[in-house]
Amino acid sequence: MRAKRFITNLGCHALLAVLSIIWILPILYVVLTSFRAEGGSYKSYIWPKGFTLDNYINLFHGNTNINFNRWFMNTLIIAIFSTVLSAFFVLCVSYVMSRLRFKMRKKFMNIALILGMFPGFMSMIAVYYILKGLGLLETGVLKQVALVLVYSGGAGLGFYMAKGFFDTIPKTIDEAAYIDGASKWDTFIRITVPLSKPIITYTLITAFMGPWVDYIFAKVIMGNDSDYYTIAIGLWTMLEKEFVEYYYTQFYAGCVIISIPIAILFLLTQKCYVEGISGAVKG
Amino acid sequence: MGMKKNKVRSAIGRPADVGIPQAFKDGNIVTRISFFVFGLGNLINKQIVRGLIFLALEIGYIAYLISFGFKALGDFITLGTVEQGEVFNEALGYYEYSAGDDSMLCLLYGVITLVLTLVMVFIGCMSGKSAYCTQFRKEKGMAIPTFMDDIRSLKEENLHAFLLAFPIFGIVCFTIVPLIFMILIAFTSYDHEHQPPGNLFSWVGLDNFAAMFSQGSKLANTFWPVLSWTLIWAVFATVSCFILGMLLALLINRNGTRFKGFWRFMFVLSVAVPQFVTLLSMRTIFNANGPVNVILRELGIIGLTESVPFFTNSLYAKITIICINIWIGVPFTMLSTTGILQNIPGELYEAAKIDGASAPTIFRKITLPYMLFVMTPNLITSFTGNINNFNVIFLLSGGGPDSMDYYYAGKTDLLVTWLYRLTITQKDYNLGAVIGILVFIILATLSLLTYRRTGAYKDEGAFQ
Repeated sequence: MRAKRFITNLGCHALLAVLSIIWILPILYVVLTSFRAEGGSYKSYIWPKGFTLDNYINLFHGNTNINFNRWFMNTLIIAIFSTVLSAFFVLCVSYVMSRLRFKMRKKFMNIALILGMFPGFMSMIAVYYILKGLGLLETGVLKQVALVLVYSGGAGLGFYMAKGFFDTIPKTIDEAAYIDGASKWDTFIRITVPLSKPIITYTLITAFMGPWVDYIFAKVIMGNDSDYYTIAIGLWTMLEKEFVEYYYTQFYAGCVIISIPIAILFLLTQKCYVEGISGAVKG
Repeated sequence: MGMKKNKVRSAIGRPADVGIPQAFKDGNIVTRISFFVFGLGNLINKQIVRGLIFLALEIGYIAYLISFGFKALGDFITLGTVEQGEVFNEALGYYEYSAGDDSMLCLLYGVITLVLTLVMVFIGCMSGKSAYCTQFRKEKGMAIPTFMDDIRSLKEENLHAFLLAFPIFGIVCFTIVPLIFMILIAFTSYDHEHQPPGNLFSWVGLDNFAAMFSQGSKLANTFWPVLSWTLIWAVFATVSCFILGMLLALLINRNGTRFKGFWRFMFVLSVAVPQFVTLLSMRTIFNANGPVNVILRELGIIGLTESVPFFTNSLYAKITIICINIWIGVPFTMLSTTGILQNIPGELYEAAKIDGASAPTIFRKITLPYMLFVMTPNLITSFTGNINNFNVIFLLSGGGPDSMDYYYAGKTDLLVTWLYRLTITQKDYNLGAVIGILVFIILATLSLLTYRRTGAYKDEGAFQ
């Protein structure tokens, strides 16, 4: 019995090890190339012939084309604001849908489902003109505000995941709070939110990643205003035909650098994924 | 019936749930007028602030209509009549452009005015209902809520209104208005030959849909293959990521596994890397001269000058894209399922163990039903998300390899990436909008059917 369990465990760990290697290798390649001393784009070998930090240094002493510092800060600011706003929207809507009962509830959920089925940037052209009409495309800073609004404006529709989580928290906990005289608002803030760290983390991470990943909306709104580019448009520019030979390794250096804030954020919040939540909730 | 309802209502003391027609029928003259003169019922009964808010909204709307709204509605019907023209200015000796109507703006302002009107109708109903509530309370001799009471109720019985107000405002501005706008464009002639402000476009009814479906046309020959690949892609991408991700989460979460945090970290690293970066790097990694081909050459699997056409052969491209998507999607599923797995009541497992259930049985009878219960809505969203998965296709293959048989589309183009090409590159906004609507119809039928069957929709409280 014990031997059998040992073999199963060994097999599982071996499988995990193989899978991890598959998942780590591409990342390793990105990191390796970012330190590669030889310029140019594609090489006929994997392991770099020499290593250097120049790719990173050049990135931050950028010339006129590549203003990496600025792009990084632009994206970070936009990401922070839109994360706060969209996490707030998502949590509000999902709590309401999970816990409160009112007349329009089912209708709202169906409408949200229907709206989610339209391709996102089908509305992009219209959004562009609306923002223009509001005068939000006049200066670079206003464009950034516009981008935050675009990223978080419709976020309330993405409530399904969090609602599913709220649905698994026992209702008896809420009822106990009501009996003790708590208002519904207090119950939401003091009881549901603290019990929902995993899903809040999830919401935050997904919201935060939006601006780093999005190319299309950012490009449409920023146009050629390269001072206000987000990192995604900036990196894309580096891979364009006229730049790729020169900036290929710097592109990878840029990739490594922008992965860092997101990785840090995740490590900070990973605590929320510790086991035992089920023990904490089930009274 | 009416008597009975009244009795119930007075027993509760709050007629809040009465419908609009009922409120209009039962209301006195002041209440009825309140449907048209917003806030009247409140003002008469000394709910000054509430009444003034209603009234101010109505006055603002009327002012908007007079100054701008009526003209916007007129332009909305014609989509502009004056074309931008060239007038020869003899005094200065060159052509001047005379300002014409911009069909695009006519359409947009028309939509905005219509939405505002709908909002006003809704507020009118609120006003009437509010007046009716006040009338009802007065007749029953109950206290009429003050403005402070109204504010306080936002934390209790009206909490939903309070929490939903901002999200809904955002949704209306950034989703609903643009959507209506684009849907309407599908019924106009807004293509690359009719670009405002230089040219006007006009309403053409269903012509664009007819063009899309007419037998043997280039558009139809593009639409059907692109549609079938979109569906194949969505099914494979969703199912593979869900199953593999859940298995991975179980593998890491099982009791015998050591260093759970470490394993989770290894996989989550690829989530931590922004998807944009991953996709662009993957594109270079699978490039004709990229590292994968280099390794294959070193291993002697292919000749030294050959390369596997990962993105240039249509079948290879499809398989490559699905595999890369697994690489990207599995850690995401693992992340989201881990939280849910941890939320499964521990007693269920203990009880099962005491009853002598084996591990597969426990998985089949407890873990899987629970996961499906929580994840089905999520599965549907990820299916729809995959049908609309723009980033993966656009950044990996860009829709290529291109095909001459298609109308500006490639072999791996999804409907959305085709939509992108048609609008951004080709400026055929009307065709893009038609595709958007078709995508919507497909998704709507699919998911409303499935979603209504799920446990999560029918019985939300099953695990509460």
